[in-house]
This record gives sequence, C-alpha cells and structure tokens, in this order.
Amino acid sequence: MLTEAEIKTFVDGAMHYFAVSARQPVAVGSPYLITDGGTPAVHEYTGVIAISGRRKGAVCFTAPRSMLMVLLMRMNETDTSETNMKDLIGEVANTISGNARRDFGKDFVISVPSVVDTEGGKFRPPVNARPFIIPLNWRSHSAKLIVCLE
Amino acid sequence: MNAVRPLKLMIVDDSNIIRRRIERSQQIERLRVVGSAANGREAIELFEQTQPDVVTMDLTMPEMDGIECVEHLVARKPELLILVVSALADKATAVEAIRKGANGFLCKPFTDRQLNDALAELLQDA
Repeated sequence: MLTEAEIKTFVDGAMHYFAVSARQPVAVGSPYLITDGGTPAVHEYTGVIAISGRRKGAVCFTAPRSMLMVLLMRMNETDTSETNMKDLIGEVANTISGNARRDFGKDFVISVPSVVDTEGGKFRPPVNARPFIIPLNWRSHSAKLIVCLE
Repeated sequence: MNAVRPLKLMIVDDSNIIRRRIERSQQIERLRVVGSAANGREAIELFEQTQPDVVTMDLTMPEMDGIECVEHLVARKPELLILVVSALADKATAVEAIRKGANGFLCKPFTDRQLNDALAELLQDA
C-alpha cells in the first residue's frame, strides 16, 4: 500500500513532466484506490514500467491518442506515427518512474518501458496490490497514472 | 581562416523522440551527428564504426544499460565527452555515472534550454 507521501511523489512527477515537456500544467484529480480484485480501465495507449528491488509492482501511464498527438506537437515533434505514440507513452511512464527514485532511492528499480495491449480496456495489475489511480486532465484530454506497488 | 571542425556526436537512447530532440538542439551547430543507438550494445558497435568525440547516454535501456556502456566507451577512449540524459533522479545514480567516466548529467524531463546549456557546458571541455 502506498503512503500519502508516496502518492505525492507520483503526483509531483506527473505535474513536473507536463510542466517541463509540454510547457503547460496538468490538472490532477483526487487519487483513488481501486476496489479489491478490480482492474483499472485504461485508454488506447498504456506504457508500463515494472518495479523491482525493495518495492514490487508497476507504474503505468495510460492516455488517448488525441492527447499524445498534442503532446508530441508541444514537444516540436512532427512525426506522429504509431511508433512515436508508443514511444511517447513509454517515455512518460519511464520518466515519472525514474524521477520517483529521488524519493524512493536507488533500490526502486525500474524496467525499460513496455507498451501493453489493453484491448478490452482493462489493465491487470502484475502484483497482489490494489492499484492507485491518479487522474490527469490536460487541455480537455483525460489520462491516468496507475501506481500499483506491494 | 581555419574553420572549426564540428565534433562528432553519437546519441544513445531507446526513445526515438528523445534522440530526435537532441538532434534538434541549438548546440548541434557545433556537432555533427554520426549516428544513434537504441541500447548499449548497439552503441559500442556504432562507436567502433564512427569514433565519436561526444556521446549523450540514456541509462535505462534494453540489452546493455547506460552505466555499463559508459564504462566500455571510456575504456576505449578516455577523452570521450559523455552527457548522461536519464530520468533516474536519485543522487546515487548520478554519482555512479560520473564515477564511471561520464562528464555531465541531465535529468529527464528537460527543456530545450536545459539541454542546450548542458551540451554547451560539456563542450567547454572540448
């Protein structure tokens, strides 16, 4: 289970990512816990970072194509191909997870990003822990950061 | 008047978007991109072919991570200038990268200006 301070680390990480990369703030909704055994609903693209070391689980960033398209443009990226969409979703998850090591320390070991097939619109957490959802709203687009740590 | 020879830059990052951002840096005027690699193993092969003067290096990559790659590259060319560009924000990782031979550390996410400044600082030593 995540502590309040740990949740704040990920909230701050998401806010920092958008403030720097998109040069526009993201609005963060109230984080909430998925009910026991529940699987979070996801958007078209989901980037996953597996966590190992002192903590085990996953950090995911899930967003619709429309949001990623605008985000790429804000980064002066003209290539909005499927490949770059998947690259971006993984890079956002990677950056927020990597930045969390500022608070969690070096034993918070992050994997390379993977983009999971979320056909059916659900993400099954890799560990027996209830996922925390951090809702994000940016330029009328909704996304989620899903943090699931034992 | 002698023209200043641009330094050869190799970009190592598993993200295509980051590689392209680095290619667009203003400092690129002083650099010539000789190639890009998506992991440490590819980077070592590319290094042998292109003999770069400057490298930007991600840390979390498949096949071979950036720290191990820095060690390999510095063993081959000790004067190589390496800027680590990584999301790993803990101090211990930055210290380890510098200890292994990197010359600078830029934390992701970064603005164009931060990238420009980090490369400019690195190139002061060239």
